[in-house]
Amino acid sequence: MCTVCGCGSGEVKIGGAVRPRGAARKPAATRAWKALGEHQHEHVHPDGTRHSHPHEHPHDHDHMHDAEPTAAMAHVEDGEGHLHFGAGPAHAHVPGLSQAQMVKIERDILGKNDLQAEANRRWLAERGIFALNLVSSPGSGKTTLLVRTINELAGRVPVAVIEGDQQTEFDAERIRATGAPALQINTGKGCHLDADMVGRAFERMDLAERSLLLIENVGNLVCPAAFDLGEAHKVAILSVTEGEDKPLKYPDLFAAADLLLLNKVDLLPHLAFDVERAIGYARRVNPDVQVIRTSAVSGEGIAEWLAWIERGLAGRA
Amino acid sequence: MHEMSLAEGVRGIVEETVAAQGLRAVKAIVLEIGELSSVEPDALAFCLEAVLRDTVAEGARIEIERIAGAGWCLECDRTVPLAQRYDACPNCGGYRVQPTAGTEMRVRELEAD
Repeated sequence: MCTVCGCGSGEVKIGGAVRPRGAARKPAATRAWKALGEHQHEHVHPDGTRHSHPHEHPHDHDHMHDAEPTAAMAHVEDGEGHLHFGAGPAHAHVPGLSQAQMVKIERDILGKNDLQAEANRRWLAERGIFALNLVSSPGSGKTTLLVRTINELAGRVPVAVIEGDQQTEFDAERIRATGAPALQINTGKGCHLDADMVGRAFERMDLAERSLLLIENVGNLVCPAAFDLGEAHKVAILSVTEGEDKPLKYPDLFAAADLLLLNKVDLLPHLAFDVERAIGYARRVNPDVQVIRTSAVSGEGIAEWLAWIERGLAGRA
Repeated sequence: MHEMSLAEGVRGIVEETVAAQGLRAVKAIVLEIGELSSVEPDALAFCLEAVLRDTVAEGARIEIERIAGAGWCLECDRTVPLAQRYDACPNCGGYRVQPTAGTEMRVRELEAD
């Protein structure tokens, strides 16, 4: 379930294959849970599942004696490293002391997603892939802009696309028509992509090194703001056929973006949209946001957008 | 925000902790919810009561500690109190304020057997 809005996540389809959430990834038997003193650790299971988790070395306490080994004590990892908590239930190993006590957790409620996002980020960095997470309302012109972007970059930069929608392959088909590889994730009842879905998409895609990966999130101005996918930047797209006050109505999403594309500007002569006011509102919630005015139809701003992408790609190389 | 689903996230963390630590019962769950995080504490406590049914944390006391909002104003070059995430600086009226406290949504600790 979405931990922001409560929408379901019962049936996620990645590239057409139905994979119930929870069944695809084995629970991490070696998962550590303490926030303090931990560091990240990534490994690959024999079945090819890659994951990372905090890894800690608690040593500053006595070991429990005269007791059956607990699940916590039994943790041993293959290969490098291991966990040895050396403590019984709730670390209660002093005779006569009540076992009721406080167990420190210090975990973010969205921490699981953030861990997977960091694993995704490392995976992308190792391959020099520049990934952008495109967030907007439905109908802002994301897919049309992507098609134009891919066509402009053809022959210069390899581009792949992950498409997120609740249902249908329509968007992935539009991208594939350009010749670029595209994987459709259908979130079912879900309202956003999360880091786990995107990580699983990587496994199914043959992504070129030093390429551009465009992740088109589900059209939604609320939930995608809270979910890091491991991207280099979130790019918000606001079309001029929407209200210019959207950055104030949905501030979290505009605050999370590094770049705002003000899209469909070819329609401005027909609208009462106040461009400067919209940009002012966006800068109120995000003073450092960069803004490019784009139109996939007239081509306005496309060169500037491509230059922004190419600067990002150069930074990866 | 939508507290039922956040409650599901809390339950997941509690269940992982219970399994990893071999706990028998959870008597209390202590959460830190920042005042800028848009979470309604009463609604979250209500939802937790529902989602913790039939777990070892059923009936656990829910303690929610609020963390006051604060931000760093780039114009004033100091920390200022913030009542809402995108408010102007109470000192200079500018919007170049980066939240530095109050956005937390954390499970801090459990009281357990």
